[in-house]
Amino acid sequence: MSTPTDVVVTGLGATTPLGGDVATTWEALLAGRSGVSRITDDWAKEFPAQLVARLTDEPAEQLDRVRVRRLDRSQQVAVVAAEEAWKDADGADSGIDPLRLAVVFGTGIGGALTLLGQDDVLESKGPKRVSPFTIPMLMPNGPAAAVGLAVGARAGVHAPVSACASGAEAIRWGLDLLRFDRADMVVVGGTEACVHPLPMAGFAAMRAMSTRNDEPERASRPFDKGRDGFILGEGAAALVLERADAAAARGATVYARLAGAGATSDGYDLVAPHPEGEGAARAIGAAIRDAGLTPADIGHVNAHATSTPLGDLAEATAIRDAIGEHTLVTATKSQTGHLLGAAGALESVFTILALRDQLVPATANLEDPDDGAAVQALDIVRREARKATFSAALNDSFGFGGHNMALVFTTA
Amino acid sequence: MPSTADIQAGLGEILEEVAGVTPADATPEKSFTDDLDVDSLSMVEIATAVEDKFGVAIPDDELANIKTVGDAISFIEKNQ
Repeated sequence: MSTPTDVVVTGLGATTPLGGDVATTWEALLAGRSGVSRITDDWAKEFPAQLVARLTDEPAEQLDRVRVRRLDRSQQVAVVAAEEAWKDADGADSGIDPLRLAVVFGTGIGGALTLLGQDDVLESKGPKRVSPFTIPMLMPNGPAAAVGLAVGARAGVHAPVSACASGAEAIRWGLDLLRFDRADMVVVGGTEACVHPLPMAGFAAMRAMSTRNDEPERASRPFDKGRDGFILGEGAAALVLERADAAAARGATVYARLAGAGATSDGYDLVAPHPEGEGAARAIGAAIRDAGLTPADIGHVNAHATSTPLGDLAEATAIRDAIGEHTLVTATKSQTGHLLGAAGALESVFTILALRDQLVPATANLEDPDDGAAVQALDIVRREARKATFSAALNDSFGFGGHNMALVFTTA
Repeated sequence: MPSTADIQAGLGEILEEVAGVTPADATPEKSFTDDLDVDSLSMVEIATAVEDKFGVAIPDDELANIKTVGDAISFIEKNQ
């Protein structure tokens, strides 16, 4: 039974360190491939953390030259992912009124490559040589605006910015827009492309990145005793959301229902997670209640688990406390790296595909689980993907700033 | 001193690079905004590229008067 406010997912798109589209990325994930490599550029030689998860497919080869010139890399990948999702949903032929089509697309960092690149131009050639596209390329709402132009959205274009929770927050905003009847269709997602010495140095200065430079593919190891930080990744993912009745009426293929969302803030520290994952657990609980479910219903969790010592422990505690020990947990950043503002969107795509295929991807590199009681208690899928029967799955995302997001998807 | 045809060809290359205009379409009577779909920010980029390529300076008040490909060609010819 669907109600007028039931929201479903009818399109998926992604460009990631595992593949240039959703199908390739999912296949590589299930095959256990790693998107992580060591930076060979000269600038990285002095860096403590030299690993990165780069895109497999250059966006410049997928977009026309003029768009490539005018869009920051974070906008380019957002457009590539959004156009795949839009095509997948058959959006152009859906009959959607552009006045009822909205976009919500988040980013953690925004157009850092443009900001830093144009600063180089300013320093070396002077103000007259700075590109007139500098501002629209660096503004954090730039990816949302570029996606809005690509699909012709005129109901509103929004850009949540909550660090590594931005992609998940965009999905929650999309759900709200449809529930409040402010749009009939929403393209949501997240994007990030900031592989550059400055962000790398900044994250490294926080001691947040893995320094396992000699073993790129083994460096991202969520929940493992030997984890020592995250791997910076780049990419984007997008989803098309609409109300279930409208999707049924137009005969759209439905991947899953976006059943609920929860959001909280820690109020604890600017960047450190609450040690017991208190705010994270509240977000998870809120999402499950919003979906009209109970913790026992959540058969699978795609964890945020970035492979940092503190973050993974706090999250394991939150999952155990808010859901229980029965749920099958996976941490796909073990293969994709951490896509920051795109993470919540990409991992929602994975959560939806896990529901569709009834298959939970494995957490790579989890060889020796952390001694923490919560990690020991959880059923974290490792070594190979596991077949399972479940009708509800949860994706959580957390961001510097104490942002906690949780999304619940159920089978269509 | 480049010929008018050379200038038109050079301008065509810039328009293709910056704004995706097919060079053959960049004929003198064409309006940048109305015919060639060049927006205001791209006009700024085109002006910078013209300055570099032809060694002319285009002040902002002059740029505002350059409406067509022909306007740009005569500006370059006069100011080189």
